[in-house]
Amino acid sequence: MLNKVLGGLVPFLAALVAFAFGAIMLIALGANPFEGLEAIFDGAFGSGERLAATAVKATPLILVGAGITIAFRTNVVNIGGESQIIGGALLSTVVALGLPDLPAFLLVPLVIIAGAIGGGILGAIPGALKAYASVNEILSTIMLNLMMVQFMNYLLRGPLIDPYELEAGTRIPQTERLSDNAALPTIIGGTRFHLGVLIAVAAAIVAYIILWRTPVGFRLRAVGHSPKAAKAAGINVKRNITLALAISGSLAGIAGAILVFGSEGQRMVTDGSAAGFTSSAGFNGIVAALFGGLHPLWTIPSAFLFGALLTGATQLQRVLQVPSSLAVALNGIIVIFVISSSRVRTWLQTTLGNTNLFGKEEDDEDDEEINSTAEVTT
Amino acid sequence: MSDFFTSSVLVATFASAIRLATPYLLASLGETIGQRSGVLNLGVDGVMLLSAFFSYWTVLQTGNLWLAVVVALAVGIIMGVLYGIITVFFEATQGISGIGIFIFGLGFSDLMFRQQVGTPKPVQRLPSVDIPVLADIPYIGEPLFQRSLLTYLAFALVPLTFLLLNKTTFGLNIRSVGENPQAADSLGVSVERTRFAAILIGNSLAGLAGAALVLQLGIFQPNLTQGMGFIAVALVYFGAWRPLGVMGGALLYGLVNATVLQWKSLGIIPVSISDLAGMAPAIVTIGALILLARRVNAPAALTKPFSRH
Repeated sequence: MLNKVLGGLVPFLAALVAFAFGAIMLIALGANPFEGLEAIFDGAFGSGERLAATAVKATPLILVGAGITIAFRTNVVNIGGESQIIGGALLSTVVALGLPDLPAFLLVPLVIIAGAIGGGILGAIPGALKAYASVNEILSTIMLNLMMVQFMNYLLRGPLIDPYELEAGTRIPQTERLSDNAALPTIIGGTRFHLGVLIAVAAAIVAYIILWRTPVGFRLRAVGHSPKAAKAAGINVKRNITLALAISGSLAGIAGAILVFGSEGQRMVTDGSAAGFTSSAGFNGIVAALFGGLHPLWTIPSAFLFGALLTGATQLQRVLQVPSSLAVALNGIIVIFVISSSRVRTWLQTTLGNTNLFGKEEDDEDDEEINSTAEVTT
Repeated sequence: MSDFFTSSVLVATFASAIRLATPYLLASLGETIGQRSGVLNLGVDGVMLLSAFFSYWTVLQTGNLWLAVVVALAVGIIMGVLYGIITVFFEATQGISGIGIFIFGLGFSDLMFRQQVGTPKPVQRLPSVDIPVLADIPYIGEPLFQRSLLTYLAFALVPLTFLLLNKTTFGLNIRSVGENPQAADSLGVSVERTRFAAILIGNSLAGLAGAALVLQLGIFQPNLTQGMGFIAVALVYFGAWRPLGVMGGALLYGLVNATVLQWKSLGIIPVSISDLAGMAPAIVTIGALILLARRVNAPAALTKPFSRH
């Protein structure tokens, strides 16, 4: 049991080391790291309003992260979160533009579903390309990321631009204010805590149920474990690879819809870059999923933690004038340390004693956790 | 369209294609060497951002372009050591650790830029160096022989990389640890050391690519690369892990980009769809990947960490 506990602690130790790096960066930038930590903490949890902002920031990370887990458990890598978020946001925006008069109880679910479909299509494309044309999914998802930014810019500067922007000649690349019937209702008055947060948490739970409690998930994990064995058992490997990326993409697509309809502006705006709309949630979701041990349920607290880091970083910028991109750099370091730590974990397990504790009697989920972090390949 | 087919415009387009191809070519050749040893480095974009920022900063501070190139090289080497430790010693999953490097590079270069510079200020660019006699050849003289030294270096590295991979013992070692590390190990080749060296070379070239990018533009801004490093990785697949193929890919990419830019400025592509035209390079890459995916074989041990246990 001891080695298990120690093994589980390794990612946290890795994160601690990463935070130590963050402290060093703060010192190098001439800021007091304790004040820095205090600012981050205060910015993320200091008031009900800030807590809500943290939860809202965590929302796309939960969704993208849960999607990442599904893909990784099927042994496919999904780096296309950015494109899938944009795809979901665009399709849901078009739906809200087309059906502005539908009552909220219909329009809200509809825009969420449209988001899932938009993201799902952008997941299914690299999935099908991998399954049926042997195109490496890392490359195709990255290319789709680059393409969707341009597509978003095209739509928001052209066909979808707010007619008022044309009239006034300001030409800000944004849609008109979308129907209030599509707005995600606020749950806690006076804060930004809206329905989207609950949708994300529910989606992560559903992702967990799909993966471990349904035949669909069983097939996905079988493909992830060994495509050969899965094929021998009569599982359609190609279809399942496509499905895994489609589900993964649809979760990111829901995040896209939530970014639009949970925003104060209630519209889609571009600054020309992907990060301008997504805040890099497509990448940060990977960080959250990894830190959550590639488990959909652990992704929830993990995403909350990174949401806190991101909201806290804006406070850091306000109070100590340290650019908030410090959080992005820190995220990268955390990925590097956590991903390197899986080796340390196996090393600890083998040196500290009997490996039987990690053997067959262990429950399915934990067992796989170790395998897939170590063995996810292209 | 007739505006485009005039000799001066075509020559200018070709020249800008060569210039645009330079950072891709440097980064892709480095990635080729790494991948032939079995290591996928998805962090190229992050390394390019870091080296681009630090070489830009060097020029801002000292005005010395060559010092800036050396700084970029040093950044590449430092990131290479880091990536080598992560992938070779910690045997980390390569796709994801590369994304970690990318995110770090994106954030850290942004952080340093905002902290140290703030608003983008232009700096001097790499001067073009005319090659005597050849530079005066009509039509091809300007695009090919009036370029910067980094461009010449990038193209000179194509045959050099070929020779390194195919005609030297080190190259044989690289290829053998990329195809069958167990067999190479049993023959006494150090898989760790060979991969580490390949990673170092690859990252150094990514560092130079960042310098080439920023010193050609003469300005830095956050996320300057906008995914160029990822495209460089794709070009390795495109070029079937061969230096010449990679060069073909980089040139094609440069040419598509240059043509789109030229067509935009000539109004052949109306402003309203210029963003759509911006999708062209990525579409071309995906199309090429579809056509090539089944015809070429990746190094057999690509992305597979080596462990003797």
